[in-house]
Amino acid sequence: MNTPVTRRNAIIGITAATTLTVPSILRAQSTGRVVVVGGGFGGAACARALKRAQENLQVILIEPNAVFTSCPFSNEVIAGLRDIKAQQFGYDALGAEGVTVISQAVTTIEPQQRSVLTADGVALPYDRLVLSPGIDFHFEALPGYDDAASDKMPHAWKAGAQTLLLRRQLEAMEDGGTVAIAIPANPSRCPPAPYERASLIAHYLKTTKPRSKVLILDAKDSFSQQRLFEKAWKELYGDMIERIALSQGGRVTSVDPSTRTIVTEFGNYNPDVANVIPPQRAGRIAGIAGATDATGWCPIDPVTFESKLVQNIHVIGDACLGGGIPKSASAASAQGKACAAAIVNLLAGRAPEAPRLTGVCYNIAAPGYGFSLAGNYQPKGDIFAEVEGGSTSPVDAPRELRAREATEAERWFQTITADTFG
Amino acid sequence: MAALINVPAKAKRGDIIEIRTLTSHIMETGFRHTADGALVPRDIITSFTCRYNGTEVFRADLFPAIAANPYLSFFTVAKESGKFEFEWIGDNGYSSSASASITVE
Repeated sequence: MNTPVTRRNAIIGITAATTLTVPSILRAQSTGRVVVVGGGFGGAACARALKRAQENLQVILIEPNAVFTSCPFSNEVIAGLRDIKAQQFGYDALGAEGVTVISQAVTTIEPQQRSVLTADGVALPYDRLVLSPGIDFHFEALPGYDDAASDKMPHAWKAGAQTLLLRRQLEAMEDGGTVAIAIPANPSRCPPAPYERASLIAHYLKTTKPRSKVLILDAKDSFSQQRLFEKAWKELYGDMIERIALSQGGRVTSVDPSTRTIVTEFGNYNPDVANVIPPQRAGRIAGIAGATDATGWCPIDPVTFESKLVQNIHVIGDACLGGGIPKSASAASAQGKACAAAIVNLLAGRAPEAPRLTGVCYNIAAPGYGFSLAGNYQPKGDIFAEVEGGSTSPVDAPRELRAREATEAERWFQTITADTFG
Repeated sequence: MAALINVPAKAKRGDIIEIRTLTSHIMETGFRHTADGALVPRDIITSFTCRYNGTEVFRADLFPAIAANPYLSFFTVAKESGKFEFEWIGDNGYSSSASASITVE
């Protein structure tokens, strides 16, 4: 991950010059072939948009999981308010529309040959490659934490088995226990989601184990929609949620899964349930492709989403450095569609148009209590910048508005999942 | 919260130990203006000292560019059992202190 960017750039510069001439002969025979790696909100939206924009384009979606489990609304599963089946979606509809869905893990990417290798040994050539690998955990940044540790101290930051594990641990906890949530610094997947999780866990505890508490150990001082969250916590849960912020020594520096200990800069904690959300970086595949820089994330051209480090590879969703755009399902979906439009133009030899993206983020603090943030983003120089027209729910608002936003949140989920997988 | 101190409770003689301190302070730079144009006067911590059984082992001068709630981490050698004393001094007569004990074996 720390290979010097400059050297990589130089190598790519040379190979790109040669590949420009050779494969164009091959490409002349068809209208193009796009491989999309990763079937989450970004990749699935991109694959579908590519096929819909151009019927005769060959679109291949590579995703190892046959069933996708959505992170948005998975905090409700943790709180026992929702069945995990409501979070799960398949790829049949994409297949029916003509997207070739391959259930394999990607092992290697050869940018020079423009080829993706899957675990079963098949090489898939591409004209354009889209990577939507989501996040991976940066275990080196949190000593003591790894895949084995996540069995005892679940992160539940990739939805599925981890979500259910955290749920079971909460169910098994006795009344009077403490649930700790360790929150990493930004950039990370869905910045407000840890606080939504704290809210919904508090809701579960309040209704079933009212002597328990939620302890947030935070590597940040301030966070998205903080005033809305803090007001909701006071209104709904009194002093059940305690937060130790960065400047109060809240940053977690290591963990010990054998004793379920969370170590911060100034203290040790032994909670009954430890939800440790580790620091993150772009999904593994992005590193394999050489698309990540020293930050662990992928710098992109904001107009085309093409990697600044590897030609003909586009990176969308949580893995890319989106500037002002928060890493969210909504943003990934918008990026997937914009990237598809750019690729269609590039393959046809037309200039891509600068996209205007909208990202929306709903938070549920309790059943019937929601609020939201919406933002508009446009390329500005090297990155995406937030532009006018965004809005956040008012801090002082009647409960009817919170109830309406909770309903809208559910509708948003139905819309985006139908739009992507339905 | 006045100050947070992290000194290992025990160490072997000759060990290099890490000491962490964090104190709450607004660290007002003196460069900001209020909405009606008045200058917000400077209010910062200007110096920090750590003494180990009376001997100064670490000192830092702080300036307006340092963020609120200054967090300092530094190293020293564990020589003998005893006490670390920490002192923060700043504008407007600000003074704050804390201490922590260590057992050296």
